[in-house]
Formats: sequence, C-alpha cells, structure tokens
Amino acid sequence: MSNQIQKHRKKLSIGSIVVYSFLCIASILSLFPFYWMFVMATRPSAAYNTIPPTLTPGNMLVENFNKVLNQIDFFGGMWNSFVLCVVVTIVVLFISSLAGFAFAKFKFPGKNILFVAILVTMIIPPQLGLIPQYFLISKAGLLDTLAGVMILSFLNPLGIFLMRQYISGAVPDELIEAAKLDGCSNFRIYWRIVLPIILPAFATLGIIVFTAVWGEFLWQFTVLRDPDSYTIQVALAQLSNTNNIDFGMILSGVFWATVPLLIIFLLFNRLFISSITEGSVKS
Amino acid sequence: MNSIRKKEPIFKKKRFRSEEKKDMISGYLYIAPFFIIFTLIGLYPALFSFYLAFQKWNGLSPMTFNGFGNFQLVLTDPLFWKSVYNTIIMGVMGTAPQLIVGLILAYLLNMAFLKFKSFFRVTIFMPYLTSMVAVALIFSVLFSNHESSLANYVLTHLFGLDPISWAASEWGTKIAISLMVFWRWVGYNTIIYLAGIQSIPNDLYEAATVDGANKFQQLWYITIPMMKPFIILTVFTSTVGAMQLFSEPTVFLGADAFTRDEAMTIVMYLYRDAFRLQSFGTASATAIILLVIITLFAVINLRLVQGFGRKKRGVQK
Repeated sequence: MSNQIQKHRKKLSIGSIVVYSFLCIASILSLFPFYWMFVMATRPSAAYNTIPPTLTPGNMLVENFNKVLNQIDFFGGMWNSFVLCVVVTIVVLFISSLAGFAFAKFKFPGKNILFVAILVTMIIPPQLGLIPQYFLISKAGLLDTLAGVMILSFLNPLGIFLMRQYISGAVPDELIEAAKLDGCSNFRIYWRIVLPIILPAFATLGIIVFTAVWGEFLWQFTVLRDPDSYTIQVALAQLSNTNNIDFGMILSGVFWATVPLLIIFLLFNRLFISSITEGSVKS
Repeated sequence: MNSIRKKEPIFKKKRFRSEEKKDMISGYLYIAPFFIIFTLIGLYPALFSFYLAFQKWNGLSPMTFNGFGNFQLVLTDPLFWKSVYNTIIMGVMGTAPQLIVGLILAYLLNMAFLKFKSFFRVTIFMPYLTSMVAVALIFSVLFSNHESSLANYVLTHLFGLDPISWAASEWGTKIAISLMVFWRWVGYNTIIYLAGIQSIPNDLYEAATVDGANKFQQLWYITIPMMKPFIILTVFTSTVGAMQLFSEPTVFLGADAFTRDEAMTIVMYLYRDAFRLQSFGTASATAIILLVIITLFAVINLRLVQGFGRKKRGVQK
C-alpha cells in the first residue's frame, strides 16, 4: 500500500518536472528578447559582432539613447502617442457608454437591427476603406495631424457591445425608474447614476483601447508623413530606415519606448490580463 | 412600471407617453455619434473603394472608368500572387503553431498542483504588450543578415548549420516574421484558452473520473470539445489578422520593405500600389480582392474547426 503511494508520488513528480520545465522554457523565451534588448541598448554596436554573443549589459545606456535622440524626436513621439491614446480612450469611453446605455435601457424602433449593424461593422477589414479614408483626411486638411489619426479610432463597435452587456447587468432598471420619477433628465441619469456604476467597465475598455491605439501602425504610418507629427511607432520605424544601421541605437529606442508600458502592465497585470481576455472572449 | 400605470390617474398616463417619446429621442441621440462617424469615415470610404476599384486614378488627374481593368491588372501581376503566397505561408507558419502551443500552455497553466501560476501567466503574456513595430525591430536585430547575429550564432554553433541571411532570403524572412508573430501572440491566445478551460465546470471531470476515464480521455472528450467556442474565436481572429499582416514585414525589412518580394504581403502590395506608385484604382481593386480572400479563409477555417469538433462528437457516441 505504502509502496503504491510512493510510486504514485514519483510518477507525479516526474510529470510535474516536465510541466515546470516546459513552462520555464516558455517564460524564458518570452522574456529573453526583453532582456537582450536591454543588453544591446547598453552596448556599442560593435558588441554585435562578437562571437560568442554578448549577453551581459554594458555601460552605453545613455550614449545609445543620445544617438536615438539625434536620429528621431523620441520625446515628441512619445508625447504624440500619449495624447493620441488619452484623447481616443476618453472619447471612445464616452461614445460607447452612451450608446451602450441607450441599447441596454431604452426602447426605440429598430434598436435590435441597429445593434446588429454595429456588430457587423466589426468584421469589415480596416484596409478596405484605407485609400478613400486617406483622401478624406487629406481633403479635410488633417494629414500630418493627430486629429486625422484619432477620428478612425473613435469607431469602436466592441466598446459599445461591452458597455451594453455591462450596463444591462450592472444598472438596475428600478434605479433609473426612480430617478425618472424624481424628474431626472436622461442625460443626468447617465452622468450621475450610470457612469459611477460602470467605472470598472471603463477600466477594462480603457485598457483595451489604450493598448490597441498605442500599438496601431498602418493608419498612423499612412496619415503621418511629417516628422513633427510622428507618433512613437512611426518614429521608431524610421530607426531601421537609415542606411547606416546601428543596432545598439535601434534597440535603445525600442527599449525606452517599451519600458513605460511594461511598468504599467507589471503594476496592474491582473487588470490588464482580465481586461484583454474579457474584450475578446465576450465578442 | 405597469402597476404604477394602472394606479395613476389619466394625466399621469400622458406624462408617461411623453416620457416614452423622450426615451426614444434619447436612444437615437445617444447612438448617433457612432453612426455619424461610422457613415462618414467607415461606411462611405468602404463603399467608395468599390467605386474606385473600377477607376483609373493617380490621385491628381480626374478619374477615368476602367471597367474590370484594375482587377485584370492585379490578378495577372505575378507580384500580387507572390504576395498572396507569402501571406498564406507566413499566416500558416505564424498562427498554427501558435494556437497549438497556446492550448498546451493553457492546459499546463491550469494544473491544480502548479505553483507560481501568476508569474508564468504574466511572463508568457508580456510579449503582447510590445507593439508590432517594437517586436519587428527587436527581431530585425536578433535575425539580422550578419553571420554573428544571435539567430545565426545559434544555427551555426548549436546546430552546426550554415548561417542564413534572414532579411534577404526566401525562407529566412518568412521564418523570422512568422517567429515574431508567434512570439507576440502565443501568450495572448494562451490567456484566452486559459479563460476557456477555467469556464469548464468541474463536475464534468468528476463524473468522468467516476466513469473511469483517464486524463487523456478527459482532455480529448471534455476539455477540447468544451473549448470549441474559444478555439473558433482564436482561429477566426488569427486568420483575419494573418491575412492583414503589414507592420511586421514592413518594419523588419526597413528600407527594402517595398522593393523586395520575399516577405511582401497582400496589404503591403496594396500599400505599395497606392502610396508608392500612386495607382489608387488597382490598390482599391486589391482591397476588394483582399476582402474576398479574408472572407474565404475565415469561412474555410471556421468550417474546418467546426467539422473537427463534430466528427469527434460522433466518435464519442
């Protein structure tokens, strides 16, 4: 009997060793490019040509970053991306929650058809309208402006969907009825009653929108041609576009552009992971 | 609300009717912003693409009707077919392993005895946080043409193979780009699968254990069928995403992106036609063809996944 238990335990431990080693390898492979990016950001470009490869950090952290600053407007790009993401996030939260509120709590003819129509817009590939969109933005004089980039990102069908789901569940009808009897206007109900209740959903949707807009490239690359208007993504892409490629400099730029987002992620990782799962699973 | 209505006197009823009207107006008003922006910058451009696809236009001079000429031009262009081929190859290499590894990782992360769960979850998810541009740049250094690049070092010293010029060879570019797609997305899919596995009620496993099903049978007959909606979701999103591949190859190849053809994708072909060659008619035709291709692949893949599940249920019976 005791022999059997021992056998069982031994079997388990071999299985768990396999599991742990598989997960450790996966973690190392996930983390290694980050670490290596840091190493290269602290080394001269020549470190790249050594065999075996350099795997420990050097002391060129500041020099490499200075080279980045000579090549692109790094802080300008970060600022532009930041402004872009903040404005888009706020506008999307507002548009989505307002529409989600309407779909969840009001009766009006054609409601279901309109809701389905919003969901259908999700499957249109963004490249389909790319060229006319470019000319529209150009006609409106919005080329090389953040406003030109923003306006496309204001369209977020997923946001309306998530907000409708959340509001139908989290905001009781009685509360709205009671407010109406007290003579509250519908917008006041939205502002004073619905908004405070759905703040957790704002965190979820906010994270989804912010990270998506931060990393988006095709549209930003199309609209922003003037270096002063570059977001960080477009600016970074220029680093590999020069003839004289300096690997230390490239990775220094990528490193400093990635670090802020990573720090925010590591601080709020639970919220991040649950938000992004929720966003895709619910749809 | 009904009970109130019955009790209230007539003038109250009137108030309610106007209330309903008010709600209706509010409803339309609150959903209006989305529809106004969508009509202007979503729907109108999408429809205009269909018009533009039949015009010859360089962006400056007036458009001239070209019939199916643009489609003919695109469909007889070897470079277009090369881009379709490249997109499919990189799509398969980048997403199929990703989904399989994601499933395995999610299964392992869900094991009851596992410690450091959140550590593994966070590290495996982390690559998703880097933007596509950042990933492409990191990989462009990891997989540079130099003999001393890390990828070539591993190839030559650990496996005894010849170095590959990753940014200039037919398979080198495709493998490097597929690997960066894999690296960035595998954690994302793992987390979605994990959410799926955790949503399976425990009773099912308990009942199966009572019935004498072993771990493998449980995986095959409970976990995978119950995961089907999540697998369909990820297959759909990664198929659509793979067909739209643009940023990674563009940034990875840098200055060569639109002059070399080893990694040119359909969207890159479209972009090159429009913004490098000022041929907006053919680019719009390409956009329409892309729409058809995406729809086709999404439908085929969904059918495959659904068929796969159905067959298995048949076996189970």
